[in-house]
Amino acid sequence: MKFVDEFRDPELITRTAAEIRRLADPQRLYRLMEVCGGHTHAIYRFGLKDLLPENIELVHGPGCPVCVLPMGRIDDGLAIASDPNVIFTAFGDMMRVPGAHGSPLQHKARGVDIRIVYSPADALKMAQANPSRHVMFFAIGFETTAPSTALTLMRARALGLRNFSIFSNHVTIIPAMRAILDSPDMRIDAFIGPGHVSTVIGCRPYEWIAANEHKPVVVSGFEPLDILQSIVMILRQLNEGCAEVENQYRRVVPWEGNRAALKAIDEVFKLRSYFEWRGMGFISQSALAVRESYAEWDAEQIFPTSGLRVTDPKAAQCGEVLKGVLKPSQCKLFGKECTPEMPVGALMVSSEGACAACYTYERRRHYLVSAGA
Amino acid sequence: MDAAVKIRFRDPQIEMAHGAGGTASRRLIDHLFAPLLLGNGSDPLPDAATVDVSGASVAFTADSFVVKPLRFPGGSIGELAVNGTVNDLAVSGARAVALVVTYILEAGLPGDVLEKEVRAMSSAARVAGVAIVGGDTKVVENGKADGMYVTTAGIGSPIPGVEVSARSVRPGDKVLLSGYIADHGVTILLARGELDLDAEICSDTCSVLPFVEALARTAAPGLRWMRDPTRGGVATSLNELARDCRLAILLQENQIPVRDAVRGACELLGLDPLHIANEGQLLAVIAPEYADAALEALRATPGGLAACIIGEVLDQPAGTVISATPYGGTRIVDMLVGDPLPRIC
Repeated sequence: MKFVDEFRDPELITRTAAEIRRLADPQRLYRLMEVCGGHTHAIYRFGLKDLLPENIELVHGPGCPVCVLPMGRIDDGLAIASDPNVIFTAFGDMMRVPGAHGSPLQHKARGVDIRIVYSPADALKMAQANPSRHVMFFAIGFETTAPSTALTLMRARALGLRNFSIFSNHVTIIPAMRAILDSPDMRIDAFIGPGHVSTVIGCRPYEWIAANEHKPVVVSGFEPLDILQSIVMILRQLNEGCAEVENQYRRVVPWEGNRAALKAIDEVFKLRSYFEWRGMGFISQSALAVRESYAEWDAEQIFPTSGLRVTDPKAAQCGEVLKGVLKPSQCKLFGKECTPEMPVGALMVSSEGACAACYTYERRRHYLVSAGA
Repeated sequence: MDAAVKIRFRDPQIEMAHGAGGTASRRLIDHLFAPLLLGNGSDPLPDAATVDVSGASVAFTADSFVVKPLRFPGGSIGELAVNGTVNDLAVSGARAVALVVTYILEAGLPGDVLEKEVRAMSSAARVAGVAIVGGDTKVVENGKADGMYVTTAGIGSPIPGVEVSARSVRPGDKVLLSGYIADHGVTILLARGELDLDAEICSDTCSVLPFVEALARTAAPGLRWMRDPTRGGVATSLNELARDCRLAILLQENQIPVRDAVRGACELLGLDPLHIANEGQLLAVIAPEYADAALEALRATPGGLAACIIGEVLDQPAGTVISATPYGGTRIVDMLVGDPLPRIC
């Protein structure tokens, strides 16, 4: 498959892994955070940790939109869905995320009209096909998915469609990275920068991390070779004592980002003054709400919601895992009360969540080394 | 007496995942059905049971079919219903002899749609060499079923010399696969038309009996275990095997045949082809000394050109399926959890 196979080429991968081993100073511990959940998933799926020396530690970041969604938002969305006139639509990623009274999938099993869509445009089509029902799209995602939500609302307005709305949970990546850097227990040397988000926002928004915090950021693609190459680039910077923003994913990410997409976001959304992130608490200016000019399509304006904050189960240590303080397997609930099938914390839900990826691909890792040899 | 049997099934309600063939289905069988109905909770359950009928050994199985849409590229519910039961018998080492068919029809189902399916069943039965000898029909109200559901039950006669069970699997045995995986599941996903994705993919629905017979002819003494990896895919079938034989299975990921279009669709949707359903593939575990002959026999069978050895059985880590990436990494290949849900963001 083109654009995939080249980046999974065993010989190139072996050579790049050797370069990493050559560059890694054995006297030193390298802690690199992969910000994006897509990277976390790829690292586990392709067994990349097996290729890295032990003193390179990969810390899983907050870039999994499902994982950082607070429980209260799911409950609010599901409360709207309980109106029999409403069709609740969401990406498949959302379906197993637990709310206080069960996940969307469990509500669906009880007969609530909840449907999986593959894009907000599909939800819009559903609204056109069901004029007597109200179709609500439960929108999640970083700047990656926000443009398609924005374009869908612009289209809804152009069509004068009155039975369609979105419940925006869109978040932005930079404030989350700032929160991690500001956290007192933060011990990260560099960032493997998010690839998909950067296709929209470009590389400039990371420059302050290099300039002010003196941490390298390398925006990376998602194939094994992409990630390993990014690690090589980071190690070179760290060994030379410099900190810059570099773009490994140039085949997809333009340095300046995608202006048209950013314009669509700006047309439809405004920054919320603060928003709760699961496991990380409230982060200011970190999420997108629908602008007043689109209020007629804003589910938060149309439907009364409690806006109640639901605290996470105390024993779950999602916050520590999200900030890289704990490894998934060090959480007290990991693999016991909390599994991908019966998740307690959201990190166990999405296949991009650090805990789910770790559970699925690595929970019996100590055996694997001998078996793989 | 039943009240005395301790039941460990604690799921508060039935969800779609209980029918998806993964861990939830397993719980339903192991913690509720098996202890109450079969009187055992720990014995491996084959795809067909063997019963003694007046001294003769008979293989016996049943299967139900709920599929949307009823027709899809490469097949339809009628064909699936015949092949599914023929295959459950085949992988248990038996040749299907007779089937009975139950239809649950939704009021409003067009007569010609039903006729097409009955014709499809008739021709699939002819191809598979099995007689349909009876059945039953029920009609439910409009809106209470997706057009039609089909249940088939079948009996089969054991193929001489073939004895398969998870318990006979040994470290060093080879895992063979008859061809391309995930065609059926991806075809159905695309045929539902919700994805706006087009690809030239067909369901692989067919009888796997010719594969089984080829193995019986060439490798019967070394034939340990067989399965047709339907719901939950190759990953789920092999996890069940690993659990039942208390051994490990090491897959060579780059050996597993997946068509480009299927791989592309899976990459796009965040699905693992190893978790996707097949309806005409055979997975077999063969003693190493018979593996080459078995592979040659599979390849010589119509539809078996892409057959290959995809892995081997190890003694550790017991109960686990692992996959070796082509560049020296490894990962656990887990059972499917819940329904496969496309990942978007």
